[in-house]
Formats: sequence, C-alpha cells, structure tokens
Amino acid sequence: MSVNVFVLLAMGGAVGFLSGMFGVGGGFLITPLLIFYNIPPAIAVATGANQVIASSFSGALAHFKRKSLDVKLGTVLLAGGIVGASIGAFVFAYLRRLGQLDLIVSLLYVVFLGVVGGLMLMESVRAIRRSRGGQTATLRKPGQHNWIHRLPLKMRFRASKLFVSVIPVVVLGAFIGFLASIMGVGGGFIMVPALIYLLKVPTNVVIGTSLFQIIFVAAFTTIIHSTANQSVDVVLAFLLMVGGVAGAQYGARVGQRLRGEQLRALLALLVLAVALRLGFDLFVQPESVYSLSTGAM
Amino acid sequence: MRARFLAAATSLLLLLPALPVRAQDEIPENIQIGLSTDQVSITSDFSGAELTIFGALDNADPLVARQGRYDVVVVLEGPPRAVTVRKKTRVLGMWINTESVIFRDVPESYSMALTRAPQDISTPDGYKRLALGADNLHFQPLKADGDPKTIEEFTEALLQRKEALGLYSTQTGGVRFLSQSLFRASLKLAPNVAVGTHRARAYLFRNSVFLRETSAQLTIRKAGLEQRLYEFAHQNSLIYGIAAVLIAIITGWLGRIIFRKD
Repeated sequence: MSVNVFVLLAMGGAVGFLSGMFGVGGGFLITPLLIFYNIPPAIAVATGANQVIASSFSGALAHFKRKSLDVKLGTVLLAGGIVGASIGAFVFAYLRRLGQLDLIVSLLYVVFLGVVGGLMLMESVRAIRRSRGGQTATLRKPGQHNWIHRLPLKMRFRASKLFVSVIPVVVLGAFIGFLASIMGVGGGFIMVPALIYLLKVPTNVVIGTSLFQIIFVAAFTTIIHSTANQSVDVVLAFLLMVGGVAGAQYGARVGQRLRGEQLRALLALLVLAVALRLGFDLFVQPESVYSLSTGAM
Repeated sequence: MRARFLAAATSLLLLLPALPVRAQDEIPENIQIGLSTDQVSITSDFSGAELTIFGALDNADPLVARQGRYDVVVVLEGPPRAVTVRKKTRVLGMWINTESVIFRDVPESYSMALTRAPQDISTPDGYKRLALGADNLHFQPLKADGDPKTIEEFTEALLQRKEALGLYSTQTGGVRFLSQSLFRASLKLAPNVAVGTHRARAYLFRNSVFLRETSAQLTIRKAGLEQRLYEFAHQNSLIYGIAAVLIAIITGWLGRIIFRKD
C-alpha cells in the first residue's frame, strides 16, 4: 500500500479545521475520507479510532480547565461504552470473516450521516428562519420530563443538575461504543444531540462530557482493534493527528466569527455530501465483481 | 527505492573445476542460479522493482548454445497463503459480496521470466508436468465438496485478479544469455509484493526438452522502521495498541500546548 505523506497531513488538517470550526471530533469524516483514498475499510476504521483520541484529548483538556464537563456522567456513559465497544469489536471481526464488513461500514455511515445531516439541516434552516423573524430559540425547557425520567435506578449528577435513571445513560453509552468500534468514530455527532434532547443535560457540559468519554472509548477501541485485527496503522494515524490538531486551532478561530445556525447548516450539508458519496459507491458497478482477500476469512 | 542486487553468480563460473576432457554427453548439463542477497527490503513508497537473478549453465554444449537451443525459465514464487475469492452480485441495486470460495496455499505472487515465448520452449503438457506457469498452479479449494463449475469460475477469477494486481506476471524475453553459459533473469516485483520467504527456481530446457532445475530462497521484508512496526504490531499487539493510544494522547496534549489561545 503506497500512500502520500502530504495527502494524509492535508487530509488531517482539513478535517481538523472543520472539526475545530464546528466543534466535532471529525472521526466521521476521517474514516470515509480514508476509504475514498483506497485504504481498506478495516484499517480506516481502526486508524480513525486512533486519530479520534488525539482530537478528543485536545478538546477535553480545554473543558477540564473550564470545568465544563460532568466526570460522573461521563464515567457512567463510559461503562456502557466499554461494553458496547467490546460487542462491536466482536461483530466487526465476524463481519470481516463473512466478507460483509465493507458493506456494513458503508451502510452505517450512509444511514447515520444521512439522518444526522438531514436533521441538522432542517433544524438549522428553521433556526435561520426564526432568527430572521426576530425570535430566539430555547433548547432546554426546565421541568419538562419524558418517559426516560420515569425509569428506576436513579442517580444524581451534580455537575449536570440531573437526577436520572442510569439505565438510559448506560444504554446510550453502549450504543455509541458499539458504533465507535464498528465505524471508527468517537460518536460525538450522536452523543451530543442524545444528551441534549433525551437526557436534558445542560448544553454547557455536553461537549466536554462527550469528549471525555470518547477519549476512553476510542482508546479501548484502538487497543481491541490492534490486538484482534492488527488493523491500527500508527504511522497513518500519527500523520492524521498532526494535521488534525493543527487544523483544529485555525478552524476554531474561523468558527467563532461565523453565525451558529449558518455553521450548523454548512456542517449538515457536508455530512450529507459524505453520505451521498458513500451511498453512491454502493450502487456503482465495481471494476471487477471478484475480489481477493488473504487468509481463510 | 530500487532494490539492490549484484551479480554473485559470475563467481560460480570461475569455480568450475578444470576437469580432464571427457566426452560431452557423459557429463550432463547443470544449471545454477545465484542471488547477491538473500534479503530484499522494501520501503512504504515502494512502487515495484525488477529483481535480477544471475545464473550459469555447467557443461553447456557449445554447439547447442551457439544455436540458441538452450532455454531457461526462471520463476519467483511468493509464500503460499490461503486466499478467499469473493464475488459481488447486484442485490437491491447494490453490489454486495454474495459468493466466496477459499483456496489453500495460493502463492502470493508468481513472477515468471523466459528466454522465449512459452510455446517455443515446451509443450503445454511439458509445463503441466513441471507444474510450471501460473496456469498450472493447482489451487486446492478448502472445501472439497464445492460445485466443480463454481470452483472453476473462481479459480479463473483468482488468476485474473492476481494478474490485474501485477502479482502474477510473465515476461517473455526476461531471461537473456550474456554468454554461452551465463544468463540473467529480470523478474517483476509488484508494488504490493508480499513479505515472507520467496522461492526462486530456474528450469533448463534443451531443444524443448526439460533437463534440470535448481532453486534458491529469498526473503522479502519491509525496510527498517516499518519492518519493526509490522513485527511489533503482530507480535506484541497489546503493547502496540497501548503505544498507539499514548502517542495519540501526547499528540493531542502537545497540540494544545503549542496552539493554546485560552
């Protein structure tokens, strides 16, 4: 496999720029980009997880300093995350043996990026219209409860000012851990909306908490992939990290100058574009219908 | 990178003992090949190379040699590995792997060089008896009870894919006689050549009749740091994974320090 160092640095830089601008981890862009660059999906996923650690750690440090994260909530999410990631790694190896890994990874990306991108676009367009009408949006309506708040095993999360059952927290963590190990993402793009809309966590601690648990889930995923599949490429990951960490700083500065709704609309369009491209590839006749893979998998 | 190879076989000629003159037909011809190195290192930007193997004929009949009726076929065969061949078909408009056949002990690569076109050196039967040429490799399916038609289709697909990837190749004229008894073979190493032990074999023909064969081993490995990383990733995968995590954390932390704005 021959790859170009500068292409990888640029790729990391571009994704880092976007992730800094939009405040996302960027894993959901790195893995598809690596696949577009003809890196085998198994390597792209495992290496993507490795890269996610660097960007999340960098981001989480800032939140640690500002104390805008809920360590207790993050730890409970993490407990679920580890379980989910373990199951994910199992399923990953099984799909690889079946020869369906590439398909499932692409399908998961198409579905999740499509849904998340679509929802974000609708929401941001609505917000842009509303702000033109002169109103301001409120995300959290205090005192509002849903079925999730009626579940047993309640626990108090002081930093989030929450008193909620651990069941949905662990399940959410497990679900995202599962996706993280199959898709090579941190899962922030699902975690953040889920924390805000489902668990009603205050927005100021959401991103920090999400990043905090992503570090550990991504670290766990990286170790599992490297022991079970030897599919982590540290050189590849390192180049992406260096580009990514540098790009993120400039992205963050540009992001501060743009309006929130417009920023979200842009990100939504980008996410949809990646989903479309991945989906399109599934329907195009391959150069050869036959493919080889070494090993009796 | 260009693989570095030197002629080592020249010395073989000089070592030939000065035997007393005997009738030519009493001493059969022999073939020898020499590799200047038993290890080839490839770097990550390796984009394929030519591997040169030198060889010599002993006791060559000068008359036959002058008429160019000696032919040499040199093959470099990669390490045998199990290979899964998958076929995609259209399901709900999407191209999905639906069928697969696993073959045992398929050489990772098979690079062949000949003095002349294959049909001018020996007959198809002759090649078959020697199991010489990619077409005569016998691919054994892992499950013996498969449909013979399917097996045939996938065997054909396996050969085609290997050729398309440049892993199986044939170079007519890739073996050249430098003198009456000294020859040089140029074999192709594909960019994605497998690491491991490769076997070089040389076959000698006279008037389209097979005489002798000889072989030598060659190890292909990744160069320096990459080889160490590759070995480390496979032998100490847990430590490798932990190291990957630590590198990521340090990179993230350094990035924070270098670019800190708050």
